Amino acid sequence: MRRILFLVEKEFKQILRNRVLLRMMLITPILQLILLSYAANFEVKDLQITIVDSDHSTYSRRLVSKFSHIENFHISTYEPSYKQASLQLLKNSSDIVLVIPPHFERDLYRNNRAEVQLMVNAIDGSKAGIASGYAASIIRDFNAEILTENFPAPPLQNGQVMIANQYWYNPQLEYKTFMVPGILFELLLLIGGLIASLNIVREKEVGTMEQLNVTPIKKYQFIIGKLTPFVIIGLVQFTAGLLVGVFLFGIPLEGSILLMYMFALLFLLLCVGLGLFISNISQTMQQAMFAAFFCLVLFILLSGLFASTENMPLWAQYLNYLNPLKYIIEVGRNVMLKGSSFYEVQSQFFALSLLTVLILSLAMWRYRKTV
Amino acid sequence: MEKVVIADKLTKKFGNFIATNEITFAVDKGEIFGFLGANGAGKTTAMRMLCGLLKPSSGDAKVAGFDVYTQTEKIKERIGYMSQKFSLYEDLTVRENIKFYGGIYGLRLPAIKSKTEYILEKLSLGEVADTLVASLPLGWKQRLAFSIAMLHEPPVVFLDEPTGGVDPITRRQFWDMLYEAASNGTTIFITTHYMDEAEYCNRVSIMVDGRIQALDTPRRLREQYGVESMDGVFQILARGTSTK
Amino acid sequence: MKRFFSFVHKEFLHIFRDKRTLLILFGLPFVQVLLFGFALTNEISYAKIAILDNDKGMHSRKITHRLLSSGYFRLEENLTTYADIEKAFRKGKIKMVVVFPQDFDSEYERSKGAHIQLLADASEQNTAISLVNYASAIIGDYSAAQNPVASSPMMIDVRSRMVFNPELKGAFVFVPGVMAMVLLLVSAMMTSVTIAREKEMGTMEVLSVSPLTQSQIIFGKVLPYLLLSFINGCLIIALGVWVLDMPMNGNLLLLLTETLLFIFLSLSIGIFISTLTDSQLVAMFASLVILLMPTIFLSGFIFPIESMPKPLQVVSNIIPAKYFIAIVKGIMIKGVGIGYLLKETLILLAMAGLFIFMSLRKLKTRSL
Repeated sequence: MRRILFLVEKEFKQILRNRVLLRMMLITPILQLILLSYAANFEVKDLQITIVDSDHSTYSRRLVSKFSHIENFHISTYEPSYKQASLQLLKNSSDIVLVIPPHFERDLYRNNRAEVQLMVNAIDGSKAGIASGYAASIIRDFNAEILTENFPAPPLQNGQVMIANQYWYNPQLEYKTFMVPGILFELLLLIGGLIASLNIVREKEVGTMEQLNVTPIKKYQFIIGKLTPFVIIGLVQFTAGLLVGVFLFGIPLEGSILLMYMFALLFLLLCVGLGLFISNISQTMQQAMFAAFFCLVLFILLSGLFASTENMPLWAQYLNYLNPLKYIIEVGRNVMLKGSSFYEVQSQFFALSLLTVLILSLAMWRYRKTV
Repeated sequence: MEKVVIADKLTKKFGNFIATNEITFAVDKGEIFGFLGANGAGKTTAMRMLCGLLKPSSGDAKVAGFDVYTQTEKIKERIGYMSQKFSLYEDLTVRENIKFYGGIYGLRLPAIKSKTEYILEKLSLGEVADTLVASLPLGWKQRLAFSIAMLHEPPVVFLDEPTGGVDPITRRQFWDMLYEAASNGTTIFITTHYMDEAEYCNRVSIMVDGRIQALDTPRRLREQYGVESMDGVFQILARGTSTK
Repeated sequence: MKRFFSFVHKEFLHIFRDKRTLLILFGLPFVQVLLFGFALTNEISYAKIAILDNDKGMHSRKITHRLLSSGYFRLEENLTTYADIEKAFRKGKIKMVVVFPQDFDSEYERSKGAHIQLLADASEQNTAISLVNYASAIIGDYSAAQNPVASSPMMIDVRSRMVFNPELKGAFVFVPGVMAMVLLLVSAMMTSVTIAREKEMGTMEVLSVSPLTQSQIIFGKVLPYLLLSFINGCLIIALGVWVLDMPMNGNLLLLLTETLLFIFLSLSIGIFISTLTDSQLVAMFASLVILLMPTIFLSGFIFPIESMPKPLQVVSNIIPAKYFIAIVKGIMIKGVGIGYLLKETLILLAMAGLFIFMSLRKLKTRSL
């Protein structure tokens, strides 16, 4: 026990002495949390629309003015022809082109039918889908408007279903509410795991590792001594992140704060344990860094931060059983936003505990005092 | 005489390469035992096996009465070690390094305190006690590293080329510390490739290609090979040439 | 010159001897492209929902059946009271609850309009929106099928054409993104860390007293990574085209040249970082937090730039990957020539020049 304390003391001194690193460890996660939470937004806004109005009628102009009054759209240019408009797409200066053909108004009166065309820059497929949906709904609204002008409202028919939606736990559909708990844990993994993964291998490179290996220090003492400082620093980061989330972004904290801390502690043990394991099996810092980076990217992409885990193919879902970030993000969202109690997140608790025990045993096993 | 280090046909193979080949020797208590050899002759491998850092492939060895296969942790409590690669924490101060290693070797705080004062006084490092080790001259670092290796008063201390890169005068100062430790009964096992250092040892063994080619006091080795210095002995054995 | 080549040779040996790092360097783009290509999708399939049917009439059962046979939804549980809803959501398994009120059937028949409630768990908000949209569409279809309306007058048909990517494939966005990320990672991070490593181990001192000039040392260190990154870039392009069906509409030579330009820029950033620090740890951390994370989040690779708050949009202008991604998309998908990409190319060139200039200035005041 005393040996562990000496090791912890030494690690702390080293970390605190490295001002640059310390600043990076404490400030950057918070800065990133703030920046990334603002950046992480799938909402489609500020669509640039190019108008090709070949009709120049009252209706065509009214349709165009509809677009100019909608917040999400900006009319970037008016082009005389379809050809010139498609150049706007090529140049990236427009997201969508609305083409109103000649005789648009006449067709509506005479044939009861007219056609408009939307050309959508679909390189970003999901954005394109939403953009064209928006545009189409504006056109439908316009259609309904001219319909009621020309024909008085028809009576409600039977068999109508009214659908009422309610978005629970995030009624304004704020992206931040959804992203902040995820990003918070992602950063813990990144900072904790990465810095820890470089720690032991650094001692190997400098040569102090060999010196430690000829001392009678026990394996478990070594691992605990290395683990503790990073876990404590991680908890400080977590606290700061939580404060930012709650006070800056107004993220609700419905569930028990104690429960959150318990999970944060467990998760940090796991991250740092993983880092130490990687550090133990690496020979150079470069190797450790890349190995850690590889794991982290894998965890982050599969975690459900960017895309829902349930939509993933089966192989990815199986892979996710080993992904600590997936569990902790679920916990974060459930406890923070929905107020889930321990009972409701116990499966995540057991999964994380199992992974933690596994990775710590691996780290201990791979730490060889004698080769 | 009590034997502190005993090696019997100790062998280490890395694949097909035999780094140390059936080396056999015994070191007495309080002796300064030199291990000589060109780079790659197997000195460091032999020493790492004795310190419990490396598992031997075959043969037997005992250090301070404990077996190098099964009791490495027992051995580690009873040896000091200082390697050619610098092994103090450069980003800790002199005082902090002493405290840390003292703690790791299980010394109590009061003991650490008195040891610290003793070392600072003896090496006259009092003024730099709270500066980072990184900023000390190499010779000071080496003496500090040796003092730290001796913190827990081990019966035997292993030194792997401890004086690399410093001038002869600084080396001489280092050796004064070794003599003092040896006179207090500490066994000193040292590898070196400085021939002047070889002369200071009580006995030296010369390793060539993983084998011990000669083992005796420097004086008798000189007589045996009819040369005037250990350098001459080394030239004959290691390079197969004579300086005469 | 001969000295220089033997130095470069040594650098190559270093890199190729470290098999593990090499494996990760080439494995990373593979894994990322595969994950993005096959695992990350926002398409809904068999999302778990719960039904709270207070009516149990014909229409509610029919609508439930329609929902569950659509392929989008799977019934996780049948709830009996409103209080169950909260509990079910908290367990985190179900994503949406469909609530039919008690008099659903009678209201439906009585032409007043019957009410359905869709309650979605918006703690995963993307999924929530999609689920509600799908369900609304299915329910709408049901009622539409019940009363076929005569074709209404004055219909405006909207014909949407998805230009450049008619099948709305995700690969079109992430292949350029992954490429930018991996190239930046390999070039900037690896160089800054290797140079810092030489400084940390003290071997840089040995090199700097050798007859090699400082620029030769730097160039020699950087050359292997230039090659590695370039191979990596080609690998990703190949994966994109052959595995993920990306088009290659533009000039391949132009694409490769632009790739080299971007690698060059990344390397100059790496060199710049390494002039700032002697520590591998700091170099790595700096590359990670000031390069990699912003590249992932601010380049428009995952989140559209237009959706960010204005200040962040301004910040995104200094992210090199943003321009490179635009270039790759332009060449591969739109098939445009250099004329359309002049602005982006010039910006990348200017950035590279700036970093080289700053590194040189740093090197003058203190040697490597």
